[in-house]
Amino acid sequence: MTVPSLDIQRRSASPTASPEARNPAEIAQLIDVSVCIGCKACQVACSEWNELRADVGTCVGVYDNPTDLSSQAWTVMRFAEVEENGKLEWLIRKDGCMHCADPGCLKACPSPGAIVQHKNGIVDYNQENCIGCGYCVSGCPFNVPRLSPTDGKAYKCNMCSDRVAVGLEPACVKTCPTGAIQFGSKEDMKEVAATRIADLQSRGYTNAGLYDPPGVGGTHTMYVLHHADKPEQYSGLPNDPSISMAVGLWKGALKPFATVGLAAAGLFGFFHYITVGPNRADDESHEDAREEDRS
Amino acid sequence: MKEKLPQEKLIRRYSAAERINHWVVAVCFVLLAISGLAFFYPAFFWLTGVFGTPELARIVHPFVGVVMFVAFARQFFRYWHHNLLNREDVKWMVAVKEVMKGNEVGDIGRYNGGQKAMFWVMVLCMAALLGSGIIAWRPYFAASFPIPVIRIALLVHATSAVVLIASIIVHVYAALWVQGTIRAMVEGVVTHAWAKKHHPRWYRETTGKKA
Repeated sequence: MTVPSLDIQRRSASPTASPEARNPAEIAQLIDVSVCIGCKACQVACSEWNELRADVGTCVGVYDNPTDLSSQAWTVMRFAEVEENGKLEWLIRKDGCMHCADPGCLKACPSPGAIVQHKNGIVDYNQENCIGCGYCVSGCPFNVPRLSPTDGKAYKCNMCSDRVAVGLEPACVKTCPTGAIQFGSKEDMKEVAATRIADLQSRGYTNAGLYDPPGVGGTHTMYVLHHADKPEQYSGLPNDPSISMAVGLWKGALKPFATVGLAAAGLFGFFHYITVGPNRADDESHEDAREEDRS
Repeated sequence: MKEKLPQEKLIRRYSAAERINHWVVAVCFVLLAISGLAFFYPAFFWLTGVFGTPELARIVHPFVGVVMFVAFARQFFRYWHHNLLNREDVKWMVAVKEVMKGNEVGDIGRYNGGQKAMFWVMVLCMAALLGSGIIAWRPYFAASFPIPVIRIALLVHATSAVVLIASIIVHVYAALWVQGTIRAMVEGVVTHAWAKKHHPRWYRETTGKKA
């Protein structure tokens, strides 16, 4: 649910301008996976603040629990065991909404105002406007939004937009015991990331880097990865994500084509009728038909 | 307008069952096109009101789609064998400009080249809409398909819907333009004059006349 209403950057299915008078700074959440210990305090804080209770799961052989995002689990820790050069690495990533600058979910959404992007970068869902079509699920390059099995509406991390609106950091950031999740202006977070990356590189992680994928215009959830060259290793974090071409065509080029095609069909009919006129089987042929009957 | 001629000779073109079948498809189509355009064009989102609320429109749309498909499938099996193209149809299609002026071309049977082409476009669109619609149908089926497949399905669904809507505009216009045609699908009959002018071969076949 969105709290601020005056600082909207973009609004789903809305062809005219959004209220955007206020100019808050762009914010970002920075997740440093090299500092994360996988304690899941962020999951608990999210569940507590947002009053979400996922069903109690079962052990599936790894630490992942819940095993996937859901309408009741807006962030989950994903634990990947990666073996390379005879060395085992345990790569833990807090998964959730990336808050893209160019959100595929918002582009795909057909319901006006069901998805908004605040000027501070948070992508937020207004469930009362959601019609449950699931287009956001198909539009998202990160496979994040989930439909609720009970009310049919889409849910995902809103970066605690209610907290951020009143100057607090998101619940997960507040609770993280190692400082693996930090929150601030996007500029500041990039600086923090740069010092962390320099440190990692000096310790032998030559491919350490910031995950802020330009294919979606950058994101407002960013990762510091020790293997930024292979983001897929972190439980399938996409390398160079972007809005799919099918979604781009569907929500882009198809519309003007459709408009022209449908208008052409209608206008052609109208002008054809008022120029050529109706095609009648005239009385003469009625006469003929009767003539023949007699003969 | 001239008063109805008492000696008017009529030919039955569509039975009551065929007419009911046609109008079931037509009513479903109108509801689907209105709600579908609402999902496609943000400026037309208010058209979701055709089903009460936007969310109801999203829920009901696919069920109406299934009804339309089933009813159309019945039509397909009724008419497919009348819609195989022959040489006269090609002649008709090549000379479509002349046809548009209101002049008849070719020895046309039950359907002309344009009607046959329309039939096959509808068949293709209906099949594409059903397939892609099922893939994108939440919450029942979409979860069983990979997201990249759903994306393609959404694109195919919207594209084939636009093609079908444009085709139906042409279909409706053709029925209005060629006067006496609506009667075939409302009362089930056409005049001899109509049949002789627009479908001469069918006229000969049904009446046994030479003309």
